[in-house]
Amino acid sequence: MNRTVLDLWVGFFVAAGIGALLFLALKVGNLSSANMADAYQLNAKFDNIGGLKVRAPVKSAGVVVGRVSGIRFDQQDYMAVVSMDIDSRYQFPRDTIASILTSGLLGEQYIGFSAGGETAMLKSGDTFKKTQSAVVLENLIGQFLFSKAAEGPQNGPQNGQDKKQ
Amino acid sequence: MLDRVASVLRLIGKHVNQGIWRLGFASRFLLMTLLYSGTAFRRFGLTIRQIYFSGVQSLIIILVSGLFVGMVLGLQGFDTLERYGSEEALGVLVALSLVRELGPVVAGLLFASRAGSAITAEIGLMKATEQLTAMEMMAVNPIARVVAPRFWAGVTSMPILAAMFSAMGIFGGYLVGVVLIGVDEGSFWSQMQASVDFRQDILNGVIKSIVFGVAVSLIAVFEGYDADPTAEGVSGATTRTVVISSLAILGLDFILTAFMFRGF
Repeated sequence: MNRTVLDLWVGFFVAAGIGALLFLALKVGNLSSANMADAYQLNAKFDNIGGLKVRAPVKSAGVVVGRVSGIRFDQQDYMAVVSMDIDSRYQFPRDTIASILTSGLLGEQYIGFSAGGETAMLKSGDTFKKTQSAVVLENLIGQFLFSKAAEGPQNGPQNGQDKKQ
Repeated sequence: MLDRVASVLRLIGKHVNQGIWRLGFASRFLLMTLLYSGTAFRRFGLTIRQIYFSGVQSLIIILVSGLFVGMVLGLQGFDTLERYGSEEALGVLVALSLVRELGPVVAGLLFASRAGSAITAEIGLMKATEQLTAMEMMAVNPIARVVAPRFWAGVTSMPILAAMFSAMGIFGGYLVGVVLIGVDEGSFWSQMQASVDFRQDILNGVIKSIVFGVAVSLIAVFEGYDADPTAEGVSGATTRTVVISSLAILGLDFILTAFMFRGF
């Protein structure tokens, strides 16, 4: 085997390897969308963050505008503090509501912004005034059962009669 | 009776003793290889030549196996996911299982049996025909001239092969899932991109394949260098290379996975 031909093959080999890695990084992974050019940080306090994780998306009107960069527990008021990196192309009014939502019934949790009407915008390091915690399914079912049980004695029999008629 | 017990004990002792002796020699051998690997980089042609033999020539088996593994994953995954009505997640299943586990591990196993065994046989035969001794007589360090280029060639080839295996496997999964069965192409790719993280999944897979490359290459060159200089010795060493490096890959995989994916 000629040396130059050999070098050529090894060159092809390495180039194909780099190509495969690029394919994995850009087409399979989310490297292309992960690096935001410029980001500023916002904080939000929640009573309950449910299953929110670091790097979860932050969406407004369904469009990803940032990512959760950190989650910690505030010892002072016993609330969860979520810090988010928001793409600096997007600005939000001061009275924007940050809520923890779930994509689909079993999907991952993300933070949704519903923009407010104020003219002043949130700046880097600001904290949201209004937040809405994650809906915990167990609590919801518990509340439902509780309210059902509470109204049960008065309405129960009537409903039964209605059905018979 | 007592003789039988004594001979069994003696056998166990001999094996343990030999194992520890070989482990010590292997560690010293790794240090020597790293110490003398200057030649492998200064005369890079030597390493390139070995990359050709162990990397380029393993391409066919790696690519074809990757394609078929991906295609099987596509079929099996679709069959299972369809029951839950979530066949769009097929891309996620194929990509995550390939990038995280199957790519590095299966490529490592194939690399050990395709290239590792060849390296061991070559070095073992060089030892059996006293070529290594002849090099020493000519003041050429056989570790620098023979072992280090092969070691570094293995370490470089392994991550490249694993990446190609994963890419080819995902293409196979796409071929079966989207082209053959008809899963929606957009959700196949977009769900994959949403769930595969570059650092967490792809980079960890690359790290795994580099570790496997070091392990397989070290075992291959060591077994060759340590082989008994007979026909039997070389064949035994070749077998041991495949067995030990396969076990090492699977064991290391468990340890690395435990470190990398703890679900934090």
